[in-house]
Amino acid sequence: MTAATLKTQADALFLRKRLTAFALPLVILAYLGYIFVSFDIPGLAERANLENGKTLIRDSYSYKTHVTMDNRTHQVVYAVEGERKGTYPAGQHPDWVTENGAETVVDLSHGNSVRFSAGIIQFSGGDGYELTARPDNKGVNASFPSGDLPAWINASKNRVVVTLPDARLTITRNRSEVFRYAFGWELFFFTLDSPYHGMAFTDLISHAFSGEAGAIFSDFWGNAMWRHADVAWAMFETVLMAFLGTFGAALVALPLAFLAARNFTPLLTLRFAARRLFDFFRGVDALIWTIVLARAFGPGPLTGALAILITDTGSFGKMFSEALENVDGKQIEGVQSTGAKPLQRYRFGVIPQVTPVFLSQVLYFLESNTRSATIIGAITGGGIGLLLTQAIITQKDWEEVSYYIVLIIGMVMLMDWISGILRQKLIKG
Amino acid sequence: MADIPLTQVRADYMAMTHRKRLYSGILLAVFVALMASGFVLADDRNAGGFWSGLHRIFDFPAEVLSEAAQKLPDLPAHIVKYAPSLIETINIAGASTLIGALFAMVLSMLATKGMARWPRLIPLFRRAMDITRAMPEIVVALVLIFVLGGGPVPAMIAIAFHTTGALGKLFSEVNENASLKPIEGLHSVGASWLQRMMLGVVPQVAPNYLSYALLRFEINIRASAILGFVGAGGIGYDLKNAMSWGKGQYDEAAAIFLLLFGTIVIVDQLSSVLRDRLTYGTRLEATL
Repeated sequence: MTAATLKTQADALFLRKRLTAFALPLVILAYLGYIFVSFDIPGLAERANLENGKTLIRDSYSYKTHVTMDNRTHQVVYAVEGERKGTYPAGQHPDWVTENGAETVVDLSHGNSVRFSAGIIQFSGGDGYELTARPDNKGVNASFPSGDLPAWINASKNRVVVTLPDARLTITRNRSEVFRYAFGWELFFFTLDSPYHGMAFTDLISHAFSGEAGAIFSDFWGNAMWRHADVAWAMFETVLMAFLGTFGAALVALPLAFLAARNFTPLLTLRFAARRLFDFFRGVDALIWTIVLARAFGPGPLTGALAILITDTGSFGKMFSEALENVDGKQIEGVQSTGAKPLQRYRFGVIPQVTPVFLSQVLYFLESNTRSATIIGAITGGGIGLLLTQAIITQKDWEEVSYYIVLIIGMVMLMDWISGILRQKLIKG
Repeated sequence: MADIPLTQVRADYMAMTHRKRLYSGILLAVFVALMASGFVLADDRNAGGFWSGLHRIFDFPAEVLSEAAQKLPDLPAHIVKYAPSLIETINIAGASTLIGALFAMVLSMLATKGMARWPRLIPLFRRAMDITRAMPEIVVALVLIFVLGGGPVPAMIAIAFHTTGALGKLFSEVNENASLKPIEGLHSVGASWLQRMMLGVVPQVAPNYLSYALLRFEINIRASAILGFVGAGGIGYDLKNAMSWGKGQYDEAAAIFLLLFGTIVIVDQLSSVLRDRLTYGTRLEATL
């Protein structure tokens, strides 16, 4: 071969490389352009509901306290998030509310305030804007200052909504409601009916040491707003699904993997059948298994665990049989030379070789199955996935949604950490 | 070396073996007890029991299959009808794998010693990858569906989010094995960080990256089908609808099952052949 032909070859190679170097980004760009059109991303702006997004983000780190007046009985109720579980006991109210006999004055910060008095609602804005409403059966009967309504007021005959930076006032014929935002997750530890609500941490500790630890814990654990006991149980259920599914699959896959390995099963048809079985288990995705099993067993953690078990039997079977095909034959021969029977050959020649590989794969799957169990739980109804979907469907408990998300991330990271430690321990011996 | 009588050695060895066996026996017993009690507990918490439901496992598949068999002539039409949804599902997986892989590539380089643009920020990028990896797709998808409305975009973003973390971890493992000499060489001639990465690192790691990305694509197809089931478009959404029509209408569900199963198996086989070629070069062994 002459230098000239080598040079032309090298030139051609470089040209090809240069072309691919330019073509690849172009192909990627073209594909993303196609996605842009086919997913209708320009139309996303219309479909997106930014108001929803704002509520979601705000609710995730803050809470609302509602002050509601029944326009007929003139009774005023205070409740966190407007929920019955968060209602203030009679005689108590948030400190930004002043009660003077029949009059209730709600300070809405930024100089805004609302005065509820015997069926009359007066709003006075920080900029001197005054609004009065006398709702009755015929309508809200609001009187506004002359001139156009400002953009932050939305008024009709039967409904007036005043939207303020950290608060909102809604007046209808039957009810007048004002809520104010505040930072944090209110009632996270104790609900208002617990004697420990609002107690300083040091006081709590001293109460705990004076024999009230059980009561404190049960008030916290049975918190009706945040349902700590239910959430903990749901998390346990999710981990249980992952655990049963992963290890159950490993146990089922282990004997089947021997059937699918070339060096252990010389019989082609048997090997072929085992491999196709694995492909089938894996190919019928966890989604379909979940649907099929939920029909037979109903919703719950067992269905989720079995769905994981079946799908992963396919994955483990494939991986294990590949590992078995790579075992070192010399060790088996060595054991055989001492007169070991077939079962002993497997026990002492094969198992010690493949155990670290198998265990590391199984533990690796344990972490990823914790995530799958969350997803399957959302579909089949079990564990933290169910709580999460329920909280999202109500579309108002976003602080609970963010709490669950934090818990899920924590749970998966913890499982990842544990499985990492175990992997290291087991592999190094 | 002190002389230890053979019997002593033998006794010590046997004692050690016995102790080892005892420990592994206890470990095994604990494990079996955990599994058994776990299954009993899960069975208790389930709506239907295991033993009462066991014989019904095949009822639903049998029902779907028999209906599909009765309406066999309709099947090709159903398959054609649902092909666009299938393409959407595949596109969700493809786009999210691509976007996730691009982010993962940058993040993993920023989080690897010797390659990082800002070495002090390595822990930050690592934690970022850990968090995105720990986030199940469904969490992001459900929240985004609330804000962006249903359709493929929330699913794409959700899967890309998780893919970034998952691939980021694998990519950083690849990066750790890459030689740093090309980077030093490029640095010495004044190459910028981007040039060092593109010319010094990418050519070394590209086959491994590609192999991991293919594996991820396979996983993401499954994920995008599942997300469709909770309202994010694609074939999962159609499956949910077809299922809700109930008895007598399962022929469409059967067509979707078939499409989904076929796609997963084909992508699985294709990607495993491609990955084999990437790791072992062009030598292709007949896979059985």
